[in-house]
Amino acid sequence: MKDYYRERCKDFDWSIPEEELGYMEGNIINIGWYCSDRICLKGKAFNIALNYEDFGGVKKEYTFNDIRLAGNTIGTFLRKLGIKNEDRVCLFMDRIPELYFFFLGILKIGAIVQPLFSAFGDESLYVRLKNAQTRAIVTQRKHLFKIRKTIDRLPDLEFIIIVDHVKNRILENKEVAFHLEELLPIENFDIFPTLAESPSVLHFTSGTTGQPKGVKHVHYSLISQYLTTKWVFDLRDDDIYWCTADPGWVTGTSYGIIGPWSLGMTQCVLDAGFSARTWYRFIESYKITVWYTAPTAIRSLMKAGDEIIKDYNLSSLRFLASVGEPLNSEAVIWSEKILGKPFLDTFWQTETGSIMITNFPGMKIKPGSMGKPFPGITGVILDPKTYQPLNEPGSVGLIAFKPDWPSMMRGYWNAEEKYLEKFVNGWYLTGDRASIDSEGYFWFVGRDDDVINTGGHLISPFEVESVLLEHPAVGESAVVAKPDEVNMEVVKAFITLKPGFTPSLDLELDIMNYIRKKLSPVAMPQYIEYMENLPKTRSGKIMRRLLHAKEWGEELGDISTLEED
Amino acid sequence: MEKINLEEMKDLVLKYVISEYVEDEDEKITFDTPLISSGYVDSFSMVSLLVFLENRFKIKIPPSKATPEAFDSVNNIVFLVNQYLK
Repeated sequence: MKDYYRERCKDFDWSIPEEELGYMEGNIINIGWYCSDRICLKGKAFNIALNYEDFGGVKKEYTFNDIRLAGNTIGTFLRKLGIKNEDRVCLFMDRIPELYFFFLGILKIGAIVQPLFSAFGDESLYVRLKNAQTRAIVTQRKHLFKIRKTIDRLPDLEFIIIVDHVKNRILENKEVAFHLEELLPIENFDIFPTLAESPSVLHFTSGTTGQPKGVKHVHYSLISQYLTTKWVFDLRDDDIYWCTADPGWVTGTSYGIIGPWSLGMTQCVLDAGFSARTWYRFIESYKITVWYTAPTAIRSLMKAGDEIIKDYNLSSLRFLASVGEPLNSEAVIWSEKILGKPFLDTFWQTETGSIMITNFPGMKIKPGSMGKPFPGITGVILDPKTYQPLNEPGSVGLIAFKPDWPSMMRGYWNAEEKYLEKFVNGWYLTGDRASIDSEGYFWFVGRDDDVINTGGHLISPFEVESVLLEHPAVGESAVVAKPDEVNMEVVKAFITLKPGFTPSLDLELDIMNYIRKKLSPVAMPQYIEYMENLPKTRSGKIMRRLLHAKEWGEELGDISTLEED
Repeated sequence: MEKINLEEMKDLVLKYVISEYVEDEDEKITFDTPLISSGYVDSFSMVSLLVFLENRFKIKIPPSKATPEAFDSVNNIVFLVNQYLK
């Protein structure tokens, strides 16, 4: 394949995607319109936008005209409820077609989409809805019980929209039924005239301390998402695209909705839990050509063995890419050997909104490397003390970017101070560490904080520790990452028990389930270690660093401040 | 541990799955209902289900055998557990 990287870096300007999208500064720019109406106007109204399949094998197919009409109908429905521009509307459901349609409909009325992972427990849900002062939440019956547990504490939440309500069930306080097929499709719709800086999507992400932060994006982010999708995945008109990410997370919206649909691509969605056979069968059935997934999934496929692949015809696959955590070289080598092509790693964050560092099509692949900055992105490694760029190849420092690309976050919701902390000397600090080799390739080293990356999900140790303390048996807690073969890291909790409780396997299971239900399955400690005392500084602060070092077999470092027994 | 027959084991596992992983009373879960592929139990939650099985039946299931397919229904789970009961 031709090396496009050098060619596209030369004279790069963000006016390239602006021109392709027919956008000029000051114009109206609405992601909902760009992902549906514009594609129809370009003659693709009856092309397939979405091939959907659920866990039971039920298949549905929607054209770009279908999703345009669905967005219009939903926009009309929301307006009738009184939802207006910049109101936060949360999507809390599985990967069903309504999720995708509501995403467009909410944006079309200028409201802000707040996608949340449907596996979140009631406490995770509560803190995020409270922080965003969410006005409406769209959900399925199966998730209602979690919302009902929180509603009394959420005065701003006015509407709970249920997309699969059945008539024999009683609608409770604030609940509204919605059935797309019962509403008249709206052909002509007055789309809200959002501008470049109008807020669009609010994704939540976790930090080491404090509550999760709502990352505010704007409609102008489309410019980055459109071009990175087109160039990184080398998309062609006849491609069939599958992004396996859940739209509760940023990959699932930037590259599971906005990127592919703004290009008029056919994308596939599988609403089913992971199994190697299900995934291979899905690729075979839909003849998927471009596949964007996560290292954890790739390692799970590797674990399932190479024999089963022989039962499926995966020859349609043309391009493979990965995101969420560092892609280990073994996974790249495995895919080259078994699938005939390598997975290309991409690096970016909820805050960046689009791919920052990537193995560009045609570029020499160095297995285990993150690749190079996308054209137009200035990426450096900073000295952690001086915050000056490190120019010596191989020096390990902080990954930082010059914050001047279209999809950069515009703030943390109600947390201006936290937002400003992310910038030093004009650089945006990612919180990750890496080095750059002599050819300009980035090599991931690790996080610069205590945030746990498990299967591509960022978990705040603080959030888990706080909820652990609410368990009746737990006296103190410290949560760290533990290395894991498949998920890269998993959550491990060290706890002391309150008087009257004794360690047991049943108690361990009870604590695990407590976190799973309150926060989410990904935040659930997969390991719990009972301790008599947690290591603390003389001032009483728990030394999480020591526990982390123990798990990773690292040097303990300076322990001079350790409390003596 | 006390002797337990297959039917009792199936009932016990089903009851646990319903109480821990299924909160919508409308959902009808049977011995054959897909658990993993349907999303009732995800790969992370499988860990707590595995801990339950190992605690309750005093067995050790090798990680290589704790696959999504082996956990995809109560019937599959009981088949797996039964292989490790002494």
